[in-house]
Amino acid sequence: MSGIGTHPQTCSGDQLQVSSREWREAEARAGVRLLANGQGHCVLSIPDLRCGGCVAKIERTLNARADVVTARVNLTLKQAVVTFADADTDPTCVISALALLGYPAIPADVAQQDEDDTDDVGRGLLRAIAVAGFGAMNIMLLSVAVWSGAAGETRDTFHLISALIAIPVVAYAGQPFFRSAFQALRMGRLNMDVPIAVAVVLALALSLVETMRGGEQAFFDAAVTLLFFLLSGRYLDHLMRERARSAVSGLARLSPRGAMLRQPDGTLTYMPLSSITPGAIITIGLDERVPVDVRIISGSTDLDRSLVTGEAMPVPAGFGDTLEAGTLNLTGVVEAEVLRSADGSFLAQMMRMQSEAETGRGTYVRIADRAAQLYAPVVHLLSLATFVGWFLATGEWHTAIFIAISVLIITCPCALGLAVPVAHVVASGRLMRMGILMKDGSALERLAEIDRVVFDKTGTLTMGTAAIGCGPGDPALRTAAKALALKTVHPAARAIAMSIAEQPCQLDDAIEVPGFGIAGCVGGRAVRLGRADWVADICLQAKGKASPVCAFADGPAMSFDLIETLRPGAVDAISSFAEAGIPVAMLSGDIAARANSIANQLDIADVRSDETPADKIAALNVLRDAGHRALMVGDGLNDAAALAAAHVSMAPSSASDAGRTAADFIFLRDGLDAVTAAWHMARATARIVRQNFALAITYNCIAIPLAMAGLVTPLIAALAMSGSSLLVIGNALRLNRAAKPRPMPMPRAGGMEVPA
Amino acid sequence: MTILAFLIPVTLSMGAIGLGVFFWSLRSNQYDDLSGDAERILFDDDHPLLAASARLSNTTKETAP
Repeated sequence: MSGIGTHPQTCSGDQLQVSSREWREAEARAGVRLLANGQGHCVLSIPDLRCGGCVAKIERTLNARADVVTARVNLTLKQAVVTFADADTDPTCVISALALLGYPAIPADVAQQDEDDTDDVGRGLLRAIAVAGFGAMNIMLLSVAVWSGAAGETRDTFHLISALIAIPVVAYAGQPFFRSAFQALRMGRLNMDVPIAVAVVLALALSLVETMRGGEQAFFDAAVTLLFFLLSGRYLDHLMRERARSAVSGLARLSPRGAMLRQPDGTLTYMPLSSITPGAIITIGLDERVPVDVRIISGSTDLDRSLVTGEAMPVPAGFGDTLEAGTLNLTGVVEAEVLRSADGSFLAQMMRMQSEAETGRGTYVRIADRAAQLYAPVVHLLSLATFVGWFLATGEWHTAIFIAISVLIITCPCALGLAVPVAHVVASGRLMRMGILMKDGSALERLAEIDRVVFDKTGTLTMGTAAIGCGPGDPALRTAAKALALKTVHPAARAIAMSIAEQPCQLDDAIEVPGFGIAGCVGGRAVRLGRADWVADICLQAKGKASPVCAFADGPAMSFDLIETLRPGAVDAISSFAEAGIPVAMLSGDIAARANSIANQLDIADVRSDETPADKIAALNVLRDAGHRALMVGDGLNDAAALAAAHVSMAPSSASDAGRTAADFIFLRDGLDAVTAAWHMARATARIVRQNFALAITYNCIAIPLAMAGLVTPLIAALAMSGSSLLVIGNALRLNRAAKPRPMPMPRAGGMEVPA
Repeated sequence: MTILAFLIPVTLSMGAIGLGVFFWSLRSNQYDDLSGDAERILFDDDHPLLAASARLSNTTKETAP
């Protein structure tokens, strides 16, 4: 048992406290990038940015600062790009200036912001849309003249000009489709881009031949308008993913970029993680995440391992204990020896497990591609049959080819190509307004077809913070406990302080012994709050009681009852899945007693506790092998691999970095009703997508016989294709009305509480 | 019909100019913050704007070489 005076922390605490602040500054400084001209460039993410007023206020404040060269706020991405005169400037002063204005800011991820600077795909798509739009406008102008009766040489000239416009336009704007179609064909698969590419190329080739022969009908306008519509759909899809990605990168980063390294001469310097090798000595301050796997060589502390193992309650750690990367250091500063480099740490192992688990999901084929696999062969065979039929009937191979290709053009899956992305874009916009971020469209398809739901416990079904069920009744003890609890950031102590309404009494000589508790004097009488066996040093009664215990020297000892708080909406979310006939299970890394008590409160029958990350993956694989499609909702580092292994996954925004990377959906609000809201939205979207497919198929059922009969002129083709596309887009826009969110149930005061 | 020989090039060049302007605006980052730029028109602080633009031209001069 460690006494107060002999504890190493108490003497060197101040010095190490300073190192913790240095680490924080160095960590923020790591977010500043050096520009070629010696200026520093930093991207700050400001989640609370709402309107132009905020933009004006922030820019005025930042631009007035001496150390800032320029500051430009981006309202769409909710970011501020700040250029410092000196690359070595500490962005924390800018961040605190923003906090004073009422806008908490965090440095955006360096790796992410490099990508931000060059959103090449989005720019390329926009350029292609512009080129296709230019071509479509001009060719349509000429085509209208042809349709309204231009004949003879005028018509031939117009066709020639159209051809001269259409060839470069298709060659440039069609590239995204040609590339994707080529890739799919090389892998021996069919996707929606294959029939699109075939139709566009054949339409162009046929029209060129017709133009050279001086023929009456050319489909240049159809080919280019088609590209314009499809590129618009593709750009919207890209924009949706880009927006979700930037919102995710705006969440606070949980894993550190570097650590304070003890040099041979005894000083501390900040080193990036990549240059920290096994055997080095690092210092981990209060409220810091452990950067790599380490073993404590001096000091003791309490650790919050909830993100790593799923254990809800903090655990004490001291000399010789091993800490996994990602655990949060709560109460004491420790010095530790690095066991493994960042690549070999627990975090990296979890990442590897995650990428292995992801391969299982790789077999999912998106609904549009599934449709293409049916659609493309049917249409191409019909076209072939048309050719053979007309050739046999008329004996003219030219007419036969013309009509066969016109079948391909009119059945070109314009509506099919737009049916899915437009619906997904509308749905993702709605979800974002509800505080749910969606990584990509296929996640929405997968969420619509779930038949199992698996929840993690700590941090997902419960809030990360503890609460007190019932405390001691003695007033003197209560005020003393409150005074002691206010002295530390330990979550249990915070909960104790919150649960006691009285004013704290006067406390002298308060001292925190990390891993054990807090000691002090009230009116000359020693008092302690903390682990039962440590409090028993001054008070025999405390022995054997449940921790945490508060007692005066030789006085009565009182035990506090720590409980976990359920997330608001957890009960409703579970019951609405149960009503829909979807079984709910719980996989927890916590001990059986806590897992079971939460499960009882929520009415979950299928509970598994003490699950390691590998157990969780195994459980999900068993579900998959049994033919089930599971939704996994989890937050911890230990869930990251399971999130990747599940059919579809969700994580709260408080999740670990790895969990947020692995999950398909991230919800930004506290309530678990986000899970059911996303699920309802996914089902509504799936319904709209099915309707869109039905519309597209109906259109084809009318158009194909006409085309096969040789009745299709370029005018009819242009009208039919644009008409069907607009119909599909209009139907998708109904999603904005169709699934109005139900009125939010009133959150219960403080959530529901269950014993830990 | 000779008017067509004149009008069609005019139409095409007008379209091409529009396309060129769009490419220029895309390159100068004018589509990066659509919702923010819509609000900026309402800012009415002329003095800081002048100062900011003067400072901006300074920095571009610095960065240009």
